[in-house]
Amino acid sequence: MNAKSTGSPSGAQVDRVHAHHLLHQMLRIRRFEEKSAELYTLMKIRGFLHLCIGEEAVAVGLCEALEPEDGVVATYREHGNALARGISASAIMAEMYGKQEGCSRGRGGSMHIFDNKTRFYGGNAIVGCGLPLAVGLALADKMQGRKRVTCCFFGDGAVAEGEFHESMNLAALWQLPVLFVCENNLYAMGTALERAQSATDLVRKAASYNVASSAVDGMDVLSVEAAAKEAVTFARREHKPYFLECRTYRFRAHSMFDPELYRSKAEVEKWKQRGPIVTLVKQLKKQGLLNDVELEQLEQQVAREIEEAVAFAENGTWEPVEDLTRFVYSERG
Amino acid sequence: MSKNEMIQITYREAVREAIREALQRDERVFLLGEDVGRYGGCFAVSKGLLEEFGPERIVDTPLSESGFTGAGIGAALGGMRPIVEIMTVNFSLLAADQILNNAATFLHMSGGLFNVPLVIRMSTGGGKQLAAQHSHSLEGWYAHIPGIKVLTPATLEDARGMLWSALEDPDPVLIFEHQSLLNMEGQLPADAGAVDIDRARIRRPGSDLSVITYGASLFKALEAAEMLAGEGIEVEVIDLRTLRPLDDATFLTSIASTHRALIVDEGWRSGGISAEICARIMEGAFYELDAPVERICGAEVPMPYAKHLEEAAMPQVEAIVTTAKRMVRSNG
Ligand SMILES: Cc1ncc(C[n+]2csc(CCOP(=O)(O)OP(=O)(O)O)c2C)c(N)n1
Ligand SMILES: [Mg+2]
Repeated sequence: MNAKSTGSPSGAQVDRVHAHHLLHQMLRIRRFEEKSAELYTLMKIRGFLHLCIGEEAVAVGLCEALEPEDGVVATYREHGNALARGISASAIMAEMYGKQEGCSRGRGGSMHIFDNKTRFYGGNAIVGCGLPLAVGLALADKMQGRKRVTCCFFGDGAVAEGEFHESMNLAALWQLPVLFVCENNLYAMGTALERAQSATDLVRKAASYNVASSAVDGMDVLSVEAAAKEAVTFARREHKPYFLECRTYRFRAHSMFDPELYRSKAEVEKWKQRGPIVTLVKQLKKQGLLNDVELEQLEQQVAREIEEAVAFAENGTWEPVEDLTRFVYSERG
Repeated sequence: MSKNEMIQITYREAVREAIREALQRDERVFLLGEDVGRYGGCFAVSKGLLEEFGPERIVDTPLSESGFTGAGIGAALGGMRPIVEIMTVNFSLLAADQILNNAATFLHMSGGLFNVPLVIRMSTGGGKQLAAQHSHSLEGWYAHIPGIKVLTPATLEDARGMLWSALEDPDPVLIFEHQSLLNMEGQLPADAGAVDIDRARIRRPGSDLSVITYGASLFKALEAAEMLAGEGIEVEVIDLRTLRPLDDATFLTSIASTHRALIVDEGWRSGGISAEICARIMEGAFYELDAPVERICGAEVPMPYAKHLEEAAMPQVEAIVTTAKRMVRSNG
């Protein structure tokens, strides 16, 4: 990345409209997640709920770099990826309510967000299981001569699974345009990266499979966006995989059942200082690209969207029990 | 402590006590799995054990199910007595190769030279709205495999007592702990210890119908039996406890006196353990039957998230009651 001295972490230049767009996207995710946590305690949302608060810049920066025809594969911590990709907050919220108006008809819940219009292939809750999927999606594109890129999100924990290594090798061997995005938030549940990996440099791991790779500050949306654009361009132009490690941090517990015994409050606080939203707001204000009135307007716009999403979910309907065994096999005719 | 002293305990604590006792009794025992230590166990079963026994014996692993299960097999071959914890049965599929192709076959492939004294614990089952990658009941599937034993402790006594017997077994033993039982609370003798792992138990005697079940469905069957008793129908409830080897003698004997059998299994019907039980009844008690054997199983669908659909996908008390009534009243 070219470092111009604008005082921003990334040094990237940004125009006002685009800056507001990025901030808006991150605020949508943040407020959506906060609302989800609230609704969980009200028992409107059940099952496992994994929030991506703190990691918004990764989802937003990456999705900015993708074209509508590209594919996305994500994990169970995917509300942010789904929102940034363009799935409506209402469809996601209704899904978490278990309503049939949800994007997966209430069959999937928080961990299994799917959408065909944006080519969003989950919502995968077996750690590592999305990587081979992404390889296959890219293989199909290659076989059919399409110029699409498949963007695959996964956590640092997935790097320990065999599927990570098998997928890196396959994608490089077969020269497939997969963008592997490691959302490295330093922990897999309670297991810190250095207690899970004998060598913690993930970029080097990917490189050992001949996959072009780099790391970026995942707390700075402008850096992430710039890196993502380079990576997507590379994958599309060269028909090769790219591994992008986004160094980020989750501010909340792993899920709603985590007493967080494995990290200190001080550590979390330190990372919060570098939060992607506060950082961007501070930077834009300093550069005269954002004022309090504009920020308040963005917040209000987001609040309205989330209110509508909750209302949509509340007014949603339960799928009839008679339909229980639908979607086990395809319905023809 | 006095012999009759009872303590109040949850299923989770009973399993924890069993692990603690094993670690104290045998220094070859160690616990191996994802987040069993620092995090305190994904379902808080192993909470506090790291502090008590240290990281050599409460071993956190990376997300590498095949790797650490295989390592457990290797350690067992090397003279240790590992307890491998896999978070849920769905994730055990990443280790299915090691379980089936190594653990279950080693003794046989080596012509009896190498046995694998390994215990693998995992959670199973639905009811928590965890959807299709965290809720299945695949224990019946594992029961298909010769070379391993498959335990499904339902009661506090079995949660407390099966582990030690499993560790004493020279061969691989899989223990399935149903997610919805972890918070179940009750009384257990303070000196509760090992229990057998090869016999089914009659949890409620009755003369009109044998209900054959295991795991969390046991309590649904018992609840149904209580309701049916109010209507003059006496149900005998059999807790299989162990799915392999299957103690068919116990349910065949029961059927010889009740002449009716209903199987309740949270697993899928087609090709499931319920089909095996049904076949054993056909082979061993066909002429005792006054009515066709019936089954209440998990619906043939990946587990849905929405609560009402999840409930509809699992055996429920109501269905047991109506089916039992129909079976008993349609006099043979
Ligand atoms: C194969 C498998 N093993 C274990 C789990 C349980 N589990 C769910 S999330 C998680 C941690 C994953 O960490 P990471 O990949 O870093 O993603 P993060 O949660 O930090 O976003 C674990 C162990 C699982 N879902 N799948
Ligand atoms: Mg992580």
